[in-house]
Formats: sequence, C-alpha cells, structure tokens
Amino acid sequence: MAGIDHAPPPFFKRGPAPLALLTFYVLISLAIFVVDHRFRSLDLLRQSVALVVDPVQRVAQTPGGLVDHARGYLEGMQQLQRENDELRHAKLTTAPGLQRLEQLEAENERLRRLLVVKEREQAKGQVAQILYTARDPFSRKVIVDKGQQSGITAGQPAIDEAGVVGQVTRVFPFSAEITLITDKNQAVPVQIVRNGQRSVVFGVGDGQLELRYMPANADVKVGDMLVTSGLDGVFLQGFPVARVVSIERDSAYSFARILCAPVAGVENFGEVMILDARTPLPEQPPEAQTRPGEGGKGQRVRKQRAAKAN
Amino acid sequence: MQPHFSSSRILLPVRPWFIYFSLFAALALNFLPTAHWPGVPDWVALVLCFWSIRESRRVGMGWAFILGLLMDVADGSLLGQHCFAYVILTYLAASLSRRILWFPLAQQALQVLPLLLLAQIIQVAMRLAAGADFPGWSYFVGPFVATLLWFPLTFVLLLPQYRPVEQDPNRPI
Repeated sequence: MAGIDHAPPPFFKRGPAPLALLTFYVLISLAIFVVDHRFRSLDLLRQSVALVVDPVQRVAQTPGGLVDHARGYLEGMQQLQRENDELRHAKLTTAPGLQRLEQLEAENERLRRLLVVKEREQAKGQVAQILYTARDPFSRKVIVDKGQQSGITAGQPAIDEAGVVGQVTRVFPFSAEITLITDKNQAVPVQIVRNGQRSVVFGVGDGQLELRYMPANADVKVGDMLVTSGLDGVFLQGFPVARVVSIERDSAYSFARILCAPVAGVENFGEVMILDARTPLPEQPPEAQTRPGEGGKGQRVRKQRAAKAN
Repeated sequence: MQPHFSSSRILLPVRPWFIYFSLFAALALNFLPTAHWPGVPDWVALVLCFWSIRESRRVGMGWAFILGLLMDVADGSLLGQHCFAYVILTYLAASLSRRILWFPLAQQALQVLPLLLLAQIIQVAMRLAAGADFPGWSYFVGPFVATLLWFPLTFVLLLPQYRPVEQDPNRPI
C-alpha cells in the first residue's frame, strides 16, 4: 500500500526516480515501435519472444478447441451423412472436368512447348491448420501451426479449397502469421476472367475487398470473377480471389468504386494450403530514359570541360 | 482521523508469488479466444493497474514493459504498442496510488476508468499514426467493463491478504 514518493529520503535505496524510469521505458518503447514499423528489422526479437509466448497461447486456445471438438462430436450422424452425400454428389459433378485435367495439363504443356512459351509452374505446398486469429483489432491476421521448422518463409501465398486466403507475413519457429486478403494493407494483383482486364484488389478491413484504380467506364459487371494475374511473382496465375458484389459509378470521381466479396472462406477457421514460393520472375528491363534534369547537367559539365580543354 | 478511508482495512503482507501468478493468469486470459468478443477488457492492463496502485514497489514499469512486449508479440501488433501504453498506465497508477486508495471502492473504480481509457487511446493513436484503420467504438467498451470489474477484482486479488477469521485469543496484540 505504498505510493511513489517523488522525493525519496536518501537513506532508503529505491532505485532510479520514477520519472527517470518512465523516460527510459517510454523512449525504448517508442524506439522499438518506430524501428518495427519503418524498418521491420526486429524479427529476431519477435521470434525469440514468440518462443516463450507461443506455448502459453496454444494452451490458452485448447478450451475453445475442445468445445469446438465436442460440438462437432455432438452434431450427430444425420448431418454427417448429409454432408457426406453432398460431397459425393459434388465429387461426381466435378468428375468430368477433373478426370480430364491431367490429360489437359499435359496437352497444355506440350502445346506451350510447341509455341515456345514458358511452361506453367506447378502449384505445390503444404497443408497447415489455423490455430487462432490474432487479437489485434487493427488488422486481419491468422496464426497457423507451421513455421520455420516446416520450411515456411515470409511471402508464401495461402489458399483454401475455394480460393486465395492470404499471404504469410511473419514466420516464427513453430508457427506463421498469415495476413488475410481482407486486411487493409494487403493487395493482390488480379485479372477479370471474363475479359482479361488486370487490376489490383485491396482489402477494406470489414471482410470485403475493393477493386481500385479502375476507370469509371471500365468493363466490370456485378458477378465478375477475379483471379490472380500472377504479375506480382508471388501468387501463381489463375487462383480465384473474389467476386464483384457492387459497383458505384460516379462521374464526379475518375475511378469507379467496386466492392468484391472474397471467394475463399477467409474469415472461417479451418485448414489452409501454403503454396511454395514461386521461381523468381525474370528481371525487369531497365528504364528507357534517364531523368531530363540529370542529362542536361551532364551535358553542361561536358561543355564546361570542352571549354577548359580549348 | 480518516473517516472515509474505507479501504484501510489492515491486511496481511502480500506474497510476491501471488502477484506474479495473477499477472500470468491475466496474460493467459488475454490469450483466450474470448479476447475477440466486444467488451472483453484487457486483463493485463487491469491487473497491472491494480498492483501498481496497491504495491507499486513490487510491480513497476519494468514489469509493464515486459508484459507489453509479450502482448505485442502475441497480438501480432507492432512492437512497442502495448509497452508504451502499459508503462504510462503503470506510472500514472503508481503516482496516483495514495490518492486513489483514499476513496471507497466505487470512487476508486471511477478514478481507474480514465487510466484504462488512456491506455486504449494511446494504442489507437499509435496505430492510426502507423496507418491502420479505426477499429470502431467497441474498442473502447473494454475499459468500462473493466471498471465494473474493479469490485470483484479487488476482492479476489486481496483474498489471500485478508486476516484469518479465527483469531488466536492468546495473541499479544
């Protein structure tokens, strides 16, 4: 029940003054905040702290997991039977396409080789279980149960059975953090399936996505499917991302406001497939022209030199 | 002499391990899946605030900083966000402890509310400065719930310090 005396008597040793301690800790906090935000160079600190926190977090998540498990157990035979029937039915309906897929891929590969086009990359990856969503209310992230030990690296894309879920942003020894495509800072380069038009889709933060920088008269319709364009060198081409839900065309703005809903069960718990990193894209060609200011300066220098030589 | 100092009940000295245990329990409560529900308070901030008012010599800004770092990593937020808020909270709580403990419980809770709100506001301000979206007003419901929890929390955390009911009649005092 003792308070802090602002002027402690000298014969009681009580460490540094509270104000000095406050300044010290506040400065450290601000320093690591700025370094983490600007330079992202504190990953080692984060990983080592995560080694301590991660087990506690997993233990704390077990009651919820047990409740889920029990609910699944009690759901009963009937629902399982129905789900099983539905799945069997779905399997049958997709069978004609799937059975010929292998042959089609082989044919596609052969044709591409004939046309001397680079072969399509095969998608490979590993399945990871979503452990929990991060508590941070400012972003949309989930933690999965595979990390550095399974060879996961930051930047790998993650998909589920329907489409793109997100991208691995931080890797810890035994877990990894996936930023969902609905996060405000996450952008995915996409392509409209119907007409091949390319754009970039951004997360809005409330579970929706926005197709930005499309001109007001762009050829986009409600219900259009967006798939990854593969131009970023991260996502392979052709994974479904979102479906256009609403379009607002306002002539006062130069861009249309196009909202989309993600195709994948982005906000659901379950399993995701973390795809292996792509082989790097060829280097971009160098920019064609130099900045005009530099060129002019160089010429002037050369002229001066010429004058000196004369 | 102190007519309104209702919290001045004589208590046994606190056991240090109980302080550390309660802080750890608060951390575990923050890790529960319920942390996503609107209105669930930040348990670490609440317990930290409690102990820095009661025992500011044992729980200081160093503890606040370490717990903040753990919360930052567990949340996946930017490092330093919780550290900063908790350190400020602990400092203010410790320097106001004499004044807060003077009041009865209800008024103590009223004085704790602005401290907890400040911790949330600091975090929102830091994240908004870093370019995040405003998370909605439900983010600020937590401190109000925490204020209501001040009564049961005080009872539970002081329980080990209450004088045993059966007293020895042969005691000299």
